[in-house]
Parts: sequence; structure tokens; C-alpha cells
Amino acid sequence: MTETATIEVQINGDDRAIPPGLSVWGLLEWLELNPALVVVELNREILDRERYQETYTVEKDVLELVHFVGGG
Amino acid sequence: MDTPFQIADREFSSRLIVGTGKYKDNPTMMKAIRATGAEMVTVAVRRIDLDRTKDEGILYHLDPEEFLLLPNTAGCYTAEDAIRYARLARAGGFTDWLKLEIIGDQETLLPDTHATIEAAKVLVAEGFKVMAYTNDDLISALRLEDAGCVAVMPLASPIGSGLGVVNPYYIREIKRRLEVPIIVDAGVGTASDACVTMEQGVDGVLMNTAIAAAEDPVAMGEAMRLAIQAGRSAYLAGRMPSREIAVPSSPTQGMLD
Repeated sequence: MTETATIEVQINGDDRAIPPGLSVWGLLEWLELNPALVVVELNREILDRERYQETYTVEKDVLELVHFVGGG
Repeated sequence: MDTPFQIADREFSSRLIVGTGKYKDNPTMMKAIRATGAEMVTVAVRRIDLDRTKDEGILYHLDPEEFLLLPNTAGCYTAEDAIRYARLARAGGFTDWLKLEIIGDQETLLPDTHATIEAAKVLVAEGFKVMAYTNDDLISALRLEDAGCVAVMPLASPIGSGLGVVNPYYIREIKRRLEVPIIVDAGVGTASDACVTMEQGVDGVLMNTAIAAAEDPVAMGEAMRLAIQAGRSAYLAGRMPSREIAVPSSPTQGMLD
């Protein structure tokens, strides 16, 4: 059986192929984001930052990665 | 002598709260914000743009140790959305304070007060310190106070309109009737608007476009700082009554024959 080189997830509304077996923390690093400045919603549930390293991404996960921007 | 400006359990020296949107660049934004003397700034919650090679989140430019962050629910048109954004904002880990904003109409950006009251009840129960953006309707303001909001924020005029206070009578009524701080939010255009707003007796003013869209935002930030102080001082000084007939300022007696 061939091993999948990537898995398909949805990040910020777009389908993306990411390496399998990444934790949320690992995914943020792979995307070159600073985990301290990112808020993660995984499958419509907000993930506490303390759980980023112990929560793993799987096929079909829907992630929203948000941060603070300028606004009134 | 002025009473302290207090919202919930926090005291502020500045009665001006400013937004961080619409600036042409971040260095200008930081200089302008500092010129205002504001201690609290609003920020929005948005998706990270993953295609950018450098992340341009606001916290790369604005130090949350220097300014209190007040996340907003800008862009939300339903209570459900606002609640989702509020929870995301709190998960940022900086604060449980929130500017609750739910818009009812895309053209005027006027608030959906019904949805705002519903969302406020949910968020207050979840422990948020809710500062609620609303219109100049006294009843909505009372309901938001009843819902447990730590401040009620009636608009002067629509967001970004620069029209100033279109309904000072209702702003004064809201201040007269509510116990929580009243912060006028939205519609301020120039310094006189900020001054007139404070003369109504409200506790503070929140503005964004008036500074960010000025030709010289740093200079306007300074002007606003002074305007807030002037308006507050004038209010505390107790203005003279206005009347529709003239009353001479110089004596009427002692004139020559």
C-alpha cells in the first residue's frame, strides 16, 4: 500500500494539502505562523493554545486561523 | 476637579479610545495613536492571509503591554456571528473585554440593536466585559445596561461619516438615565465634534476614521486629545444658559448724555 504524502484539509476556506501527522502547533510552524499570535478554530470549536501541541490534524479537518488586525 | 473615568474595574486617564483601522501605514498609526494619549485601542478579528510571506497582524506593530486591546465584532450581522467572533477574540489570550458591534444594514452600518441585546446577554453570562455599540435610542441603551454591559456606546452618526453628533438631545438623555459609562462611538469627523460630544456630559469618545483619514493623522490625534479635554472641562465648568434674545455684556448705566 502506498503511503499518502499529504492529507487534504480546509484552512480559511481553502482546500489545502498538508503533511500527514502534524499537530496543530506543527501545522502553524509549517505555515510559518507564530502560534502565540494565532487563534485556531478546529471543526467549529475554538482550540485552547495549550492544546495545540497535543491536537493532531486529520483528513477533512476544517480550520480557521485568525488573528487581530486593525479595526475601529 | 473631575471624577475618574472608570469602566468595570479599570480606571483610565484618557477619555479617548481609538481604533486601529484605515491607516495608510503602521508607523503613522502608532504615532497618531500615541498623539491621542489613548490607553485603549480597538482591533478586529480576521482570517490570517496565508499567501502573504510576512504576517501583518496588528500585534507586530502595536504592543499589548503599551495599550489595552479592545477586540471588536466588526463585520458581524447576526448575534451568532458576533458571539463566535467574541469567543475567538478572547481565545487570543489578551483580554475578556469586548466591543460588541452587530450591524443591521450594509449601507448605513447602523446597529441591529435587537441582535446586540441578545448577544450581550449571552456574552455577559460567559464573563465578557461587554462595551456595546448602539444607536441613540434610549430604550436600547437601557436594555443593554440591563443585560449587564459595562459600557453603552451610542453613535454620534454613522461609522465613517464624519457628521458629528446629529442628535445631542438623545445622547444627553442616555447619559442622564443610565448608570454605566456612556462612550459615544462612531461619526466623529473633526475636533469640534469630539468637543461637542464631551460637552453633552458623556464619559468618553471612541473614534477611528476621524484620525486615520485626516490628511495629517498625527496632528489630528493631538487635536482630538485637546478637544476631549476642552469638552470635558467645559462640561464640568457648567455652561451658561443659551437664549434667543441678546443680553448685553457691558453695563447699560453710566453712558454719556
